Amino acid sequence: MTTAAARPIGDVILTLEHISLAFGGVKALADISFDVREHEIRAIIGPNGAGKSSMLNVINGVYRPQEGTITFRGEVRRNMEPHHAAAQGIARTFQNIALFKGMSVLDNIMTGRNLRMRTSFIEHALHWGRANREEIENRHRVEEIIDFLEIQHIRKAPVGKLPYGLQKRVELARALAAEPSLLLLDEPMAGMNVEEKQDMCRFVLDVNGQYGTTIVLIEHDMGVVMDISDRVVVLDYGRKIGDGVPDEVRSSKAVIDAYLGAAH
Amino acid sequence: MQFFFEVLIGGLLSGVMYSLVALGFVLIYKASGVFNFAQGSMVFFAALTFVGLLEKGLGFWLALPATLAVMIVLGLVIERIVLRPLINQPQITLFMATIGLSFFIEGLAQLMWGANVRGLELGIQDEPLQWVSDVAGVNVSKFDLVAAGIAAVLVSTLAIFFSRTRIGRALRAVADDHQAALAVGIPLQQIWGIVWAVAGAVALVAGLLWGARNGVQFALTFVALKALPVLILGGFESIPGAVVGGLIVGASEKLAEVYVGPYVGGGIEGWFPYVLALLFLLVRPEGLFGEKIIRRI
Ligand SMILES: Nc1ncnc2c1ncn2[C@@H]1O[C@H](COP(=O)(O)OP(=O)(O)OP(=O)(O)O)[C@@H](O)[C@H]1O
Ligand SMILES: [Mg+2]
Repeated sequence: MTTAAARPIGDVILTLEHISLAFGGVKALADISFDVREHEIRAIIGPNGAGKSSMLNVINGVYRPQEGTITFRGEVRRNMEPHHAAAQGIARTFQNIALFKGMSVLDNIMTGRNLRMRTSFIEHALHWGRANREEIENRHRVEEIIDFLEIQHIRKAPVGKLPYGLQKRVELARALAAEPSLLLLDEPMAGMNVEEKQDMCRFVLDVNGQYGTTIVLIEHDMGVVMDISDRVVVLDYGRKIGDGVPDEVRSSKAVIDAYLGAAH
Repeated sequence: MQFFFEVLIGGLLSGVMYSLVALGFVLIYKASGVFNFAQGSMVFFAALTFVGLLEKGLGFWLALPATLAVMIVLGLVIERIVLRPLINQPQITLFMATIGLSFFIEGLAQLMWGANVRGLELGIQDEPLQWVSDVAGVNVSKFDLVAAGIAAVLVSTLAIFFSRTRIGRALRAVADDHQAALAVGIPLQQIWGIVWAVAGAVALVAGLLWGARNGVQFALTFVALKALPVLILGGFESIPGAVVGGLIVGASEKLAEVYVGPYVGGGIEGWFPYVLALLFLLVRPEGLFGEKIIRRI
């Protein structure tokens, strides 16, 4: 298994500064700042409703914060657009699996390569030959990812009929198909049994180790978080109450209080 | 028996033309969840524009691409100025918007080209094919056959295009999950634009074929209503469903007219498809090819 030492952590690639996001009266995020370094696994933890998913949604542009700035690879923005985030190399999975239910596993993963295909939709409509060649090349990449995540046996299966744990894995595959430089994972192990969790942990570490992908990960399982992440941000009621390496966070009083105080 | 086949074939051929109209609905519904009430008006608009251009002295082969361009632009404009601003509104709002749109398009068409009924001559005679009559002893109209052929080519081209290609995959992705589609970088608005433009083009072909058969008149907008039972049978999101649904409606309404009609005083053709669809709705609400609807309680 890959260790932190094997993949030198690089410069800061994503900076979030003073992010505030409210839904009507609910303050989902209040003045949150933190950064993410290249090649690291950065966890976001916190009790239910703390604002973790909202944070991820701000990073890839699903939500527009009322205040704050996002700097990704030197470009400063007020908000991201999901499409723009994808074009910049940010891929993600969702807390509530968001697969294309009517499609096969293979087609789902192929959509992940959407932006890797060079022909635009309009060109595509006009040049079938080139589009076909491109399709075949991209199929090869997708097959590699399928091998990597060990889902060969379900390639042709309609995704809606798969068990939950496998659906999560297909969603990860679709995100990886984009060959992202930043991968956002919203509770990739939630609802899994022990064995499935171990597999998922291994995949996350392998993605990070083999491809050098930077990962921002939301996870409730403390054991997992402390094991695999390099640094951890702790949110509670939309505020940041901790930020540091796992050992620091584990021994922080504010964090302990938040976790003991919250029904979980 | 020969008579039965004659009716059946005639029905299936007109069914293909229903499929064509239904297809326009399916594409837009798949991509954006909107039931486009204005589809019938687009058919009318297309036919009227084509005939209007012919009257202005344009030749057939000039009027055709010109009208096609007009329809594509119309589709793109509708997407851009009517639907895009309404994104994320409840479906009923979008539906109401397309109702408003249909009145607007009908008005615009008549304003531009006048309201009188016109004939449209595509140069295909509506007469029985001699060799078919000789060989099989069945009368098949040449016009019906050619019209069905054109519709079939268009429908199958689009069906293949939207099931086998990257655009098709993107379209299905958008239909399944907007957020996820955005997250993998599918440009939603481009897809919508494409779908509306294609719907405009489909409306043109439907307008020409139906206009040539029934005359270019306001009643063309009602052709779209015939698509409704087709959609109920085939499922709103299924391209193969539109094809099979169209064939069933076409064949069954003609057969019912001929074999059941005499007992109830005729005129069945007008309402039979709706009754059929209604009965079908009770048995299989999701349509022949629709996703089975599972309610988790
Ligand atoms: N789209 C939305 N509209 C209104 N309120 C929202 C929306 N999304 C999130 N919220 C609110 O923002 C707060 C933070 O929610 P968020 O989903 O970010 O929490 P979380 O930390 O991911 O929780 P969980 O562990 O349950 O996933 C909650 O109070 C939630 O109700
Ligand atoms: Mg969450």
